Amino acid sequence: MVGWGILKSLSVTLGRFVMTYVDDLKWFFKGGFGKRYSPAALAVRQSPKGRGIFTVQYPKERLPLPENYRTFPFQVLDPQTGKTRCTACGTCARVCPPQCIWIVRATNPKTGRPAREPAEFHVDVSICMSCGLCAEFCPADALKMDHAYEITADQRDGAFLWGLERLAKPLAYHAEIHPTDYAAEQAARERKGARKKK
Amino acid sequence: MPWERLYNWSRKRSLWPLFSGLACCAIEMICAAAARFDQARFGMDIVRPSPRQADLMIVSGTVTKKMAPQIVRLYNQMAEPKYVIAMGACAISGGPFKEGYNVVSGVDQLIPVDVYVPGCPPRPEALYNAFLALHARWDRETIRGLRWYQKGADEGIPEPALGPDLVDWRLADKIAQKRSE
Amino acid sequence: MPEQVQPSQQTAGALSTLEARFPGAVQPAEYEGLVIAPDRLVEVATCLRDELGYTYLSCVTGVDYPAPTARFPARLEAVYHLFRATGGPLTLHVHAERDGLGVPSLAGVWPAANVHERETWDMLGIRFEGHPDLRRILLWEGFAGHPLRKDWHEPYYEADHKPFASRYPKGHPLRAEERTPLSCNLQYPPDWSPEGWESEAEVPVYARMDEYAAGDWRSMRTTDQIVINLGPQHPSTHGILRLVARLDGETIQQLEPVLGYLHRCHEKIGERNTWLGNVPYTDRLDYVCSMSNNFGYATAVEKLLGVEVPERAEYIRVIMAELTRVMNHLVAIGFFTNDIGVYLTAMLYALQERELIVDLFEMASGSRMMCNYFRFGGVARDLPEGFLPLAKELVYERIPRRVDELERFLVDNEVFRARTIGVGVLPPAKAIAYGCTGPLLRASGVPYDVRRVEPYSIYDTFDWDVVVRYNGDVYDRFMVRFEEMRQSLRVLRQALERLPDGPILAGKKQADVKVPAGEVYGRVESPKGELGFYLVSNGGTNPYRYRIRTPSFANLGVLGELCRGHLVADVVAILASIDVTLGEVDR
Repeated sequence: MVGWGILKSLSVTLGRFVMTYVDDLKWFFKGGFGKRYSPAALAVRQSPKGRGIFTVQYPKERLPLPENYRTFPFQVLDPQTGKTRCTACGTCARVCPPQCIWIVRATNPKTGRPAREPAEFHVDVSICMSCGLCAEFCPADALKMDHAYEITADQRDGAFLWGLERLAKPLAYHAEIHPTDYAAEQAARERKGARKKK
Repeated sequence: MPWERLYNWSRKRSLWPLFSGLACCAIEMICAAAARFDQARFGMDIVRPSPRQADLMIVSGTVTKKMAPQIVRLYNQMAEPKYVIAMGACAISGGPFKEGYNVVSGVDQLIPVDVYVPGCPPRPEALYNAFLALHARWDRETIRGLRWYQKGADEGIPEPALGPDLVDWRLADKIAQKRSE
Repeated sequence: MPEQVQPSQQTAGALSTLEARFPGAVQPAEYEGLVIAPDRLVEVATCLRDELGYTYLSCVTGVDYPAPTARFPARLEAVYHLFRATGGPLTLHVHAERDGLGVPSLAGVWPAANVHERETWDMLGIRFEGHPDLRRILLWEGFAGHPLRKDWHEPYYEADHKPFASRYPKGHPLRAEERTPLSCNLQYPPDWSPEGWESEAEVPVYARMDEYAAGDWRSMRTTDQIVINLGPQHPSTHGILRLVARLDGETIQQLEPVLGYLHRCHEKIGERNTWLGNVPYTDRLDYVCSMSNNFGYATAVEKLLGVEVPERAEYIRVIMAELTRVMNHLVAIGFFTNDIGVYLTAMLYALQERELIVDLFEMASGSRMMCNYFRFGGVARDLPEGFLPLAKELVYERIPRRVDELERFLVDNEVFRARTIGVGVLPPAKAIAYGCTGPLLRASGVPYDVRRVEPYSIYDTFDWDVVVRYNGDVYDRFMVRFEEMRQSLRVLRQALERLPDGPILAGKKQADVKVPAGEVYGRVESPKGELGFYLVSNGGTNPYRYRIRTPSFANLGVLGELCRGHLVADVVAILASIDVTLGEVDR
């Protein structure tokens, strides 16, 4: 019969349409309107088991980000020294593909020799391609990739060249967004500390 | 003023974007319009490629010199009120391709930009954050202060031409000066 | 002094045959392949095509050697990669002079050479004598210089190779705009002035369209033909692609794509980058399938490095590549239905499944689209904990159901069938001659899949079929994509079951990779076709020549032929069935 194929297509669309309401009602009967938008419901809706509406109601709901997610680099602030862990080795500046990291190595004022810390550290975030190679190859666990993506600016000048003050974030923040990475780091440091004591 | 608040409020609820996806950021822009991050919730689901019906030009992707005349022409063809979001590193400054010989280092070299969103590519939620930032700007705008209601408002930006390199007519004096040096 | 590399068996066989037929015209090349004398090139090429079976020309490019190399003088070299039914490439090198002696065009022998030779002329200035239409393809007529030459510097030029010394240890940030005289990315010839100057970039584009006959008499009406532009701002051109079409009413008489609106100078930037620094840039080629591009580049460099990838990493690579294939075909079908008028319905269904797959990529690599996941000798990091259960659920349950649903939605639909059956028919001989690969080729009856003819990674250990259909129209190209998704799911099920434990990287992770001198053409089957990387190394930390042979660029060469005689609405359907991504076309 002519038109049978079109009816088949329409049945697919109709099935999905009906399913969105059925799914909503299922959550509603579990506990009212609030349940539909709870984090538990979001997790099910965004998983392969989800059958209904797939939408994330940003800004009221936010998708949880996986640990490996990369937006821009940040410097880890060591709580004991009050400074970043960066030793100004220059690896990140060398490995960055679009060359958006600028480092001025500090000089020890007494000896005049290079010191193992940066005097200036800039990342041009308007060029950064979020590849994560800088954090991957940092030998001092100083540079890590952030999860913060809600960044906008009105003007370009001065908004996207980030210095050490803007880039430094506390160690607790790093531990919060990268739990497995942080645990592995701590374990490695303890092993190294134990070896040194011996 | 109450009529300004009404003017701003109504614009916030029906901002129609221009489908000007250039490169990779265009895929994230399409995902922002797709089911997971539904743009229709913001009243922005009327995405048409024609600039005549659009209010917002989301420059998503690298602006190349070959495409520059078309970008300027599209901006000129949009009717006021018109806004521009530079989405992604390439639209802000040329991004990772800044050193390329066919890349314009930032779309603000060609047209005025209202909001910049960094990222490569920025997540769809980051683009929504940009929309919210644009809405927040409107709360502070007055009708008298708008760019296009001023005396001698721009009659359109001169379209660049393709020559030995991209020819930006606004730089003609500077080129002549450098040549004489 | 590089040691003499032994030519492969294939090259040695071709060398002996050709030396007998054309004495004095053929000799072994520096690293790989044969050097052919320019005056005998067309005869040698015809012999290779007709008698030795090299019917498929994959890539034509050029390399600039401003200084003499070990065995040959300074030259501009045109390089050709030819393939037979199975096996690796036969590389031909032809020497030309800068601003002097050119190279005969092979567009008459292999029509595939047409677009590639235009690009080589554009980028390197090698003149191809006898080419039907030697114009710039990625840049515009009137552009000053040939960018890929070693002595041509871009306006923001800082140094020949990265890393730049200005970043460390005295790296005071300086924006590139502040370094240049005009404060932007522009440079003009010293004697050029904008006064009284007019652009001539559009003249040759329309000149090609001018050869038409005035309309015939139709009863009581005179008709004429009109030239229109589809794009670059167009909802259905999959990016910024411009098609200049000459129409008689609604019927296309001639169609020419104009490319280069997204030319982002990958090859020039690639020569400045380090070997590792190019991996994130490959993500941005075919931006929908970033894992496949990484795979192609890693495969090519690993051939030069001679490193073997551990088994777990191979399995992870195959899993990522096949997930990318499923995702790409879903997106291709979704966008196609959007273009022919279903508007957003099926596109949203396809994008929903894409979002679930992209969640997996985000979990493993850290980014939804720009994965930067492959390294030389393995992958960047191991699969996190939640990956396998989620992947298994998607592959075993969700995606097969959704693919079936999408097929039910489209395949019997009368309107879909009327729009696609019999439209844009590509005969197999023409497909091979034009260098088409991927679903475009396999829908015309040619069972050529790089994973089968030149197996890479561990594809030969899996049980899967090459999908072929025989009508070569738009409908068959989509049926091929549906079946390929099912075959990919088959491979994924086997890979997820058999995934072994073990290291994910051969050796330690290294930022400074030094690749031994040599050249290689490494290719993979990306979802759109054959993605090849031609890499020349002179033993340093940066590539000497970084050439990307992309399937979309080669497949677009046949678009003009396919569209002739069809309606404007069919152009959209045919373009969607070829499945191009502009990041790949223009690089």
